[in-house]
Amino acid sequence: MAQPRTVLLAEDDPHGVELTLAALKPYGLDQRVEVVEDGEKALEFMHRRGRYADRAPGNPAVILLDLKMPKVDGLEVLRDVKTHPEMSSTPIVVMTSSTEPSDLEESYRLGTNAFVVKPIGVSEFVKTLASIGSFWSQLNEPPPKET
Amino acid sequence: MNGLKRILLAEDDIAGVELTLSALKSFNLANDVQVVNDGEECLDYLFRRGQYSEFPEGNPAVLLLDLKMPKVDGLEVLKEIRKTASLKLIPVVIMTSSKEESDRVASYELGTNGYVVKPIDVGAFVNAIREVGNFWAIVNDPPPGCLPNSHDLTGDS
Repeated sequence: MAQPRTVLLAEDDPHGVELTLAALKPYGLDQRVEVVEDGEKALEFMHRRGRYADRAPGNPAVILLDLKMPKVDGLEVLRDVKTHPEMSSTPIVVMTSSTEPSDLEESYRLGTNAFVVKPIGVSEFVKTLASIGSFWSQLNEPPPKET
Repeated sequence: MNGLKRILLAEDDIAGVELTLSALKSFNLANDVQVVNDGEECLDYLFRRGQYSEFPEGNPAVLLLDLKMPKVDGLEVLKEIRKTASLKLIPVVIMTSSKEESDRVASYELGTNGYVVKPIDVGAFVNAIREVGNFWAIVNDPPPGCLPNSHDLTGDS
């Protein structure tokens, strides 16, 4: 397999972040996850500006994207990433507590690759994250880093 | 239910189809697969024409799409799907033997949701199919117009 690439996790709930990292650990992924806690930082990361101006070029293998985040929300991040040609092929998995049908539809219309409702129970959450981790960072072949 | 299957598998290699169905048994998904053997049949199914004209409405939750198929190839199928309003949101996972970067780039440019290179080793192939089935037919929430997934993560081994 190609050299391991970053997973960008955009999630504002610290407990959710902890649980996600723990669930991804068996895949060796916890070491490769960049966590941002709001949409503004997610966009800074993707566009390599602000605090991320010096990060090495290259898109992450996948973005795990919460919808309800402060400053800039997930749908805005999704819209932004999917409309900039140099990053628009980056796989995005929306991970949300929202069961609003409008969020589902809008996410797909804006080009999300997948949409997962975060289970409430811890063990279901871990199983779900395991499935996400194993498909998106072990099996899926992302587009080349620089698109 | 109306009998429509959640997973549409477009694959011309019969042995590959058999192996895929048997791999999906472990999640009780083997009965949830509609198989089409070339790109033309795939489009007939999606557009409900030809032998599929009497089938009820309802898009698959996921299309597992081989690239190298006779009559109409995978990239052509993907292109058609993405330019058709009633089909354009269908989740597509390319499942190919091709390791060509150009195929991968073209697939993402045409809007594939995922891209998997089929392992040659049988055991690895079976595991890959299980992961694909688990994520796309159980965990993922497909868009409106597609058959819903089950969210039952217990499976049946």
